[in-house]
Amino acid sequence: MNEFGRKQAKILVFSTEKISDPAIDMAGLLKQYYPAGVYVISLPCSSAVKPRWILHAYEKGFDGVFIAADGSDCPHDESCTEKTGRIVMQTHEKMKEMNLDPARLRMAAICSVCSEAFVKQMKSFNDYLGNES
Amino acid sequence: MKKKIGVYICHCGGNISDYVDVEKVYAEVRNEKGVALAKITMFACADANQKEMEADIPEKDLDGVVVASCSPQLHLTTFRAVVERAGLNKYDYVHANIREQGSWAHSDNKSGATENAIHVVKAAIAKVRNAESLEPIKISSVKAVAVIGAGVSGMRSAIALAKAGCKVYIIERDHFVGGRVAQWENLFSTNETGEEIIKRLYNDTINNDNITLYTGAQVLSQSGNIGSYRLKVQINPGFVRNSVYSYEMDEAISVCPIKIPDLFNFGFTQRKAIYRNHSGQLPIMAVIDDENCTRCGDCEKVCKDIDFSQQKKEINIEVGSVLVASGFDTYTPKNNEFGYCVIDNVITLPQLKRLVAMSDRHLEYKGNRIKNIAYIYCVGSRQLDGENKYCSRYCCTAAIHTATEIRRKYKEINNYHFTRGVRTYGKQEIYYSEALKMGDVFMQSFDNELPEVLQKGNKTFVKIKDILTEQKELKLQADLVVLVTSMVPRDGISVNDLFKLPKGRDGFLKEIHLKLRPVETVIDGITIAGCCQGPMNLTESVNSALSAATKSYSYVSKGELELEPIIAKVDKEACTWCDACFKACPFDAIIKVEEGFKVFARVSDSICKGCGMCLPVCPKDAIELNSYTNREIEEMIDMLASD
Ligand SMILES: Cc1cc2nc3c(=O)[nH]c(=O)nc-3n(C[C@H](O)[C@H](O)[C@H](O)COP(=O)(O)OP(=O)(O)OC[C@H]3O[C@@H](n4cnc5c(N)ncnc54)[C@H](O)[C@@H]3O)c2cc1C
Repeated sequence: MNEFGRKQAKILVFSTEKISDPAIDMAGLLKQYYPAGVYVISLPCSSAVKPRWILHAYEKGFDGVFIAADGSDCPHDESCTEKTGRIVMQTHEKMKEMNLDPARLRMAAICSVCSEAFVKQMKSFNDYLGNES
Repeated sequence: MKKKIGVYICHCGGNISDYVDVEKVYAEVRNEKGVALAKITMFACADANQKEMEADIPEKDLDGVVVASCSPQLHLTTFRAVVERAGLNKYDYVHANIREQGSWAHSDNKSGATENAIHVVKAAIAKVRNAESLEPIKISSVKAVAVIGAGVSGMRSAIALAKAGCKVYIIERDHFVGGRVAQWENLFSTNETGEEIIKRLYNDTINNDNITLYTGAQVLSQSGNIGSYRLKVQINPGFVRNSVYSYEMDEAISVCPIKIPDLFNFGFTQRKAIYRNHSGQLPIMAVIDDENCTRCGDCEKVCKDIDFSQQKKEINIEVGSVLVASGFDTYTPKNNEFGYCVIDNVITLPQLKRLVAMSDRHLEYKGNRIKNIAYIYCVGSRQLDGENKYCSRYCCTAAIHTATEIRRKYKEINNYHFTRGVRTYGKQEIYYSEALKMGDVFMQSFDNELPEVLQKGNKTFVKIKDILTEQKELKLQADLVVLVTSMVPRDGISVNDLFKLPKGRDGFLKEIHLKLRPVETVIDGITIAGCCQGPMNLTESVNSALSAATKSYSYVSKGELELEPIIAKVDKEACTWCDACFKACPFDAIIKVEEGFKVFARVSDSICKGCGMCLPVCPKDAIELNSYTNREIEEMIDMLASD
């Protein structure tokens, strides 16, 4: 529970080594605090996230999954935004079939210096998930 | 599956242990499955600890190692090297970030930080337990580099590469070298002209035996990968036998009936289908422009050096790396953007530079003597609504420098600058103070209230709400309005598509990381230099050219290369070839294989960049990425989710 009696949510973040990892590191460096229930798994690119990993996370007890997308900064291909978006859409469909609230999966582009944006996302996601449970 | 894992938990002085209860982390992870050794260390990266790890690994027969410390961006390579020195494979090492993403991110919540660190270390242990020892992919590399473009960036990098002992092929699509710099006479920030700089670089280029320069050339196709790119290059003939400055050649040019706008002078002048280099461009020669020549034969009749029998040639070259230095275009304002194309005396800064180069005692435009020049800044850059959000960087200095040069040359001229804030950064600031001292007038508008260009009768006015005089509305009658235009990506360049080079939001070629890997692209072995990457002045272009040369050299210098083995692999049995991965791969690394009745996908090891875009699209889940397998990721999730 946090100081408002809300549950601290457990959030899994899929981030990327070249783009969002540096931003998340920078949030720590600048002591821009975010909830301690946030855990990060790094991948080479956000359009590599498999829907099965996301669903596995819910099954094992994560309240939310956040994809820190490369967006147009992706060093691999400009189709990254669209491809990551498609993964999220497909997973949302699967979540609906499984009676999981699709709002428990979020995605936003986090650039390599977007530490503030990351922290904002984590706080608001944590609030949403904390209120939901 | 690793069975003897060593785990090292770092205090990082107090950076970690002031907020994370390191002892508690140790107590929680020491009995994890597979952990044979757990230790707490004050500074994991210190020499003494590295030596201790090197001794522990053989002594305890460890087969996997985790260090829980700072960000992997800082020390992943350090600890990979430690395990390699101790005889393990570097992929038997996994890094856990409990500082940037642990103690520092949650120093407001010590118990939360500790809880977080315990899970992160357990997840790293799970990952290393399942990690596969991977061998780097070794390939041979041809000790040669192709440089695309013979502007300043291309020639400067070619010279550096050649001096290091590398064979270089320069491929320039124009018949002359020099790029844009050949068009500018006086340059900031040294008192040299474009012509002098190009002459120096050209002489160094042609006098170096390691460099082969192809002009009138373009890459038609490419195949291969880092270490061995095979390029098919087309060389277009100039249809002139010798580089001639003769009376006959003058005659040939004079009788040519074709007249087209001369792009070197941005259309201010016309040229014939047979034409010579402008001063600034090299080599000194005449060429026939194949696209516009009608083969009327008039030139042939008066000049024996014309040779229409010359044919296009195709040559094949093999290189280990490609350095792209294809430069930029200048922004062409839209119709009626600040009166461009509609009001007669509105031109651009590049046009002004050519106008000055061609003028003698007076500056005249369309027969009118110029007295008052209005410069409107940031045209085609820093656009609130348009495509070009970026600052073009070169332009404030180039405009001010040109204005002061004009004032020196033509004493009667007054300069009025309509800016959006002057950005003559660094040493270039001296040009700004010099202009102020010379009496140039600077005004400034807000981004959303730009100056207006108006025509009344045959007079042209520029109107501004000037921030520097409390938003007073000022109006100037100008004899010439100069739009200080931006740099934009080169249009229709085949090289980008040919090599599948990613572009950034601004349309320029994109580096892997602006700060840390500024000249590398995700396409292995291809580097970028100069203005093809974004707006730069000459100093910056040459800086990037030299970095790109060094990087390209590092790919070819040893004759052998090691590639990261983080690549996708297909489970041949599970794959039924639906082509989803083939379509998802931006690098064409997926190959369709037919073996008897079985059709399946295979990943080309040397082409795959390990992005993983093929993973989620496979309906059979038949593709995995080394180091990011389902087992590794899902066991990490299990550990992170556990209570
Ligand atoms: C108006 C203006 C004034 C400037 N004044 C100054 C100044 O005073 N001082 C200063 O420091 N900087 C100045 N600059 C900046 C300077 O022009 C650039 O820094 C410089 O030109 C960059 O050189 P480059 O070789 O990267 O590109 P470029 O000069 O554009 O050269 C690129 C070359 O590549 C060739 N090429 C393109 N595509 C292909 C292809 N597909 N295949 C083969 N070849 C190809 C082109 O033909 C060209 O020769 C000015 C810029 C402008 C616009």
